[in-house]
Amino acid sequence: MYTLSSKLKLTAIIFMVVGAIGLIYGFIAAPDTVEEVKEMMASEHHGEGHAADDAAEIHVEQLPGETVEVEDVQGYESEVAHTEGEQHAEAGHGEEASHENEHYEHILHQLQNKPWAALYVAAFFFFMISLGVLAFYAIQYAAQAGWSPVLFRVMEAITAYLLPGGIIVFVLLVLSGLHLNHLFVWMDPEVVAHDEIIQAKTAYLNVPFFLIRAAIYLGGWAFFRHLLRKNSIKMDDATDLTYFKKNFKLAAGFLVFFIVTESMMSWDWIMSLDPHWFSTLFGWFVFASLFVSGITTIAIMSIYLKKRGYLEFVNDSHIHDLAKFMFGISIFWTYLWFSQFMLIWYSNIPEEVVYFIQRMEDYPILFFGMLVTNFIFPVLLLMNSDYKRVNWFVIMTGIVILIGHYLNVYVLVMPATVGESWFIGIPEISAVLLFAGLFTFIVFNSLTKAPLLVKGNPFIKESKHYHY
Amino acid sequence: MASKVLHAIYRDDDLLLQAVKQIREARYHIGEIYCPFPVHGLDKAMGLAPTRLAITSFLYGLVGLSVAIAMMNFIMIEDWPQDIGGKPSFSFFQNMPAFVPIMFELTVFFAAHLMVITFYMRSRLWPFKSAENPDVRTTDDVFLMEVDAANHNIDDLTDFLYKTGASEIKLIE
Repeated sequence: MYTLSSKLKLTAIIFMVVGAIGLIYGFIAAPDTVEEVKEMMASEHHGEGHAADDAAEIHVEQLPGETVEVEDVQGYESEVAHTEGEQHAEAGHGEEASHENEHYEHILHQLQNKPWAALYVAAFFFFMISLGVLAFYAIQYAAQAGWSPVLFRVMEAITAYLLPGGIIVFVLLVLSGLHLNHLFVWMDPEVVAHDEIIQAKTAYLNVPFFLIRAAIYLGGWAFFRHLLRKNSIKMDDATDLTYFKKNFKLAAGFLVFFIVTESMMSWDWIMSLDPHWFSTLFGWFVFASLFVSGITTIAIMSIYLKKRGYLEFVNDSHIHDLAKFMFGISIFWTYLWFSQFMLIWYSNIPEEVVYFIQRMEDYPILFFGMLVTNFIFPVLLLMNSDYKRVNWFVIMTGIVILIGHYLNVYVLVMPATVGESWFIGIPEISAVLLFAGLFTFIVFNSLTKAPLLVKGNPFIKESKHYHY
Repeated sequence: MASKVLHAIYRDDDLLLQAVKQIREARYHIGEIYCPFPVHGLDKAMGLAPTRLAITSFLYGLVGLSVAIAMMNFIMIEDWPQDIGGKPSFSFFQNMPAFVPIMFELTVFFAAHLMVITFYMRSRLWPFKSAENPDVRTTDDVFLMEVDAANHNIDDLTDFLYKTGASEIKLIE
């Protein structure tokens, strides 16, 4: 049995408290009025050249005869050029003063979104780790893998965060639905009233249906997780394979349910932040991110517990296998990242490409830096077979991968919510600390609930003697 | 005069692995082992150095990547930077996404093919090469071990090999 050390408990609690304080500060520091924004920007101006002056302007030219509506793409100040016949007339800029006020109001909304978005990114990031681990766990069952059963309890412990983490994400979605924040622009009836594109999508993007869907995904995942865990515990005392067979079927069923709901979840929770944009491989892209983060977390936790002497049957070959998965799925993530980017870059269709233009202009370091942390780093460090067995190498690469995938979620969410006003400051770091503490607490607490080695699994003997 | 070797034939791979361990412990020298299929762990038991084929492959991959970059940079950017469908051909990086598929494929192509050719050369395999098989049965169901007789007493060595489970032993001069 694992016993939660008081040191770890204390660290987790300190993380949570510090994170919570930082977040509260973030919410208090967010400006309430346009005047405050002006003040903040005036005091900041001498520092970095803030994006205020060079707010990206895009001029979309439409074919003659087409009706054009002036729209406010999130994070953008877009002026659509009106065309009537052959005349190209610039959209009326209106009086300078009102335009300027509009601009500051825009910044105000972004800054008000900042602590919310920081909270949302961190909540989703830690939630997706446990979801990724659950998917990996189910795959191990469905594939009848012979190497991994010694790691099952570690995986089960990480998935313990699924329900609490999912509830937090759900609460955040409900709060958005109650208009306490402006994370999801399509939830704002005023925006929708002037936006035909969103209007056409309201059959799918409306708050009640959105929350019902979220409840179905979360309920389904938590349900499968609960049953898998329950059977796994029962298997410890079982004399036959009944519970193993049950789990095998459950895992297969979960994987079918998961791939459908995961894809829809990524449309709902992330892609709908940019309701004017869509991409067909988006679900896979988010899946790759959560899958590799989950596997990395399994590897880091296994190494930690092994060092502490709790996993005597885990050897370097198990770590080697996990590192291979980290390596392979990192490349898979990059493949999807690039496929999505390159197809849109290549065809350069304005309605699709704004998504990447915004990211490349406002988030260049993060957007391309992700490729270094999520691709080049793991590829070079984990390519060598010997390095995959060096535990501190795996830990180091794992930490970089996790940071990289946090940034991935950050770049998915932030441009649509805070636009060019992003900064990784107190609210962002605090939110990560808060959820890191919560995650650690729940996961390690769950580890104490069951023996660290499963019994009754028909593959356990093979797994104990696994050697690569 | 060619040195003497003993050909010991084993009928089972487990027996062979055990024999290899015993023979190495007794400090006899194993020249070569002929097997009908890969025996897992034989190379470790024999103490063979690990292959460096993967390292060559990595280097070949880097060569392939360089070739792809140099080729496309010269053709598309330097030699004749045409405007093809509005693609930005002002610098390599501006147009890089379009080159990535080729960069990837050439990396794989070089890594794979040159590694295979390296393998053929290092293991001396080519068409019309005469087979070096000492006993035709080794491609079917028996394992043959070639042990250097060198300065050892032939009778002692033969006895020893019989004890390790060899079913046939032949002296080759």
